[in-house]
Amino acid sequence: MNTYNLNYLVNSLYLIKPEITISIAIVILVLVDLIMDKNKKLLPFVSMIGLVVAGYFIVDQFSTNSFAFNTGSSTGMLVIDPFGNFFKLLIVLASAFIILFSVSSKEIKENLERHGEYFTLIFGMILGMMFMVSSADLIVIYLSLELVSLSSYILAGFTKQTLRNSEASLKYVIYGGISSGIMLFGISIIYGITGSTNLYEINSLIQSPQIQNLTFFLAGILIFVGIGYKISAAPFHFWTPDVYEGAPIPITAFLSIASKAAGFALLIRFIKITFIKSVDPEGFWHLLGIIDWKSFIIVISILTMTLGNFAALWQNNMKRLLAYSSIAHAGYLLLGLAVMSNEGIAAIIIYFAIYAFMNLGAFLVVMLIANKTGSEELDDYKGLGYSTPFLGVALAIFLVSLTGLPPTAGFIGKLYIFIALVDAKMIVVAVIALLNTVVSLYYYIRVLKHMFLDRPEKEAPAFSISAAAVALVVVMLTPVLVFGVYFTPLVDLAKNSVALMGF
Amino acid sequence: MIHIGLSHFLFVSIVLFSLGIFGIVTRKNAVMVLMGIELILNSANINFIAFAKFGNFGYQGQIMALFVIILAAAEAAVALAIVLNIYKTFSTVNVDEIDTLKD
Repeated sequence: MNTYNLNYLVNSLYLIKPEITISIAIVILVLVDLIMDKNKKLLPFVSMIGLVVAGYFIVDQFSTNSFAFNTGSSTGMLVIDPFGNFFKLLIVLASAFIILFSVSSKEIKENLERHGEYFTLIFGMILGMMFMVSSADLIVIYLSLELVSLSSYILAGFTKQTLRNSEASLKYVIYGGISSGIMLFGISIIYGITGSTNLYEINSLIQSPQIQNLTFFLAGILIFVGIGYKISAAPFHFWTPDVYEGAPIPITAFLSIASKAAGFALLIRFIKITFIKSVDPEGFWHLLGIIDWKSFIIVISILTMTLGNFAALWQNNMKRLLAYSSIAHAGYLLLGLAVMSNEGIAAIIIYFAIYAFMNLGAFLVVMLIANKTGSEELDDYKGLGYSTPFLGVALAIFLVSLTGLPPTAGFIGKLYIFIALVDAKMIVVAVIALLNTVVSLYYYIRVLKHMFLDRPEKEAPAFSISAAAVALVVVMLTPVLVFGVYFTPLVDLAKNSVALMGF
Repeated sequence: MIHIGLSHFLFVSIVLFSLGIFGIVTRKNAVMVLMGIELILNSANINFIAFAKFGNFGYQGQIMALFVIILAAAEAAVALAIVLNIYKTFSTVNVDEIDTLKD
């Protein structure tokens, strides 16, 4: 086959410094857990140091455009490009906040003796997600997807004594196992048709018209099942509400942001690299006619957001409500992909940067309340706006931002998606998305009504929040408010990050 | 003496895949559902090796099959641990009875 030059290998290792850092952090976490048997205080510090170093390496090589682990003369198993680096940075940032959440979460604190495995598994997820966003080979895609899944199955049931926790992990493992198995079958068919697992090689092989369209179409859809499950797109979303409600809150927040971001990056890369024919000067993609991805994604995204928004109307549990809301947001994000242009990708990147903060913030407030009251039911939120005004107002801002109302950052995210849709002359789709936003207003505002307008039967006990928690909420609040009025740096970052290797 | 060709392998693999899906849909026992998932993974494995052999695609397919075998083992370990935990908390492994999380 190819002459495998040692220099190639060494150069590739330089390119995956962030991933190597995370791997080393996993080893150190296990060792620290072994050596400091009783003292678990050190683990979050080690995790944070690992994330900071990995983040530094990502920023350091942000604008690199290169293949790592070359399999041929011009392609490789991994791609290091600005697009992937943006998503890696987002994952590292979200993980850092999740570590801070975990330190202040009561659910996690109660299982202190198992903290070692907790942080190790989180790092396993981070490693898998980093490979996911930079993979250009079907083998790497499948392996990284499974690495993320296997770690998250266990994390979803981390506090295993409670009923809902073990149920969440069972449902997650069954749905996840099925969809990844179906995806693997699709991969095997694509391998059979083209004889290659590399996305770039597949792309050049299927440019010729004698490829069997129907088989390839089916295989493409089968692969979409696996990725669609990760981003909780509509027909594959059934696990989302149950797992999000059952899992510990930091893990729920992690799944709803980092794992979803990695899934989206993988989906965009898979569709664009495998099926692209050409990109015109205005940034619109021309895809091969094997699968009509545009119509397919539009149908899936409308289904996803409508289902998510309407199911959320009847929820009385905050975590379940946020789970359905995150399904709806996956629908909006898919619209950015349905535009099939670089502008749409920029809109997705802007949306994700904002969505990370507002969703993390909402989960943080829900967690702080659950720490004190031990409940996430909406009925227990009555009068909260008066007993603890700080948390009430913070949650209100996060929810208004999730709805997408100005002057919060959520408005900017939605605005760019809609602009991309209108530029692509997809007015009908934009109108449907707008109507969906109106529906979502109802259930977000219902939470505010519970907090500020409803009087509780008995006076809600005021509870104090630690200074660290207040600081964390403020850290999440600042970008949500600042990006709402001053978003030029975010847009510039997105414009710099749309470039995928090769196109 | 019949000649065993690619289509024979593909036939076995698609039968295994269908049986896997059938098992997942019809079985109530969580362990049986997991066995259905294993069948799907193995059907994909047969595909990989058959395509690699009959298509002369090199070793990629066989390496992929090896990876999948390892992953299937890891997944089985994790899934069985979760099912064991389910049995401890719910005293049943019937997936239909495990429904405390509902609207």
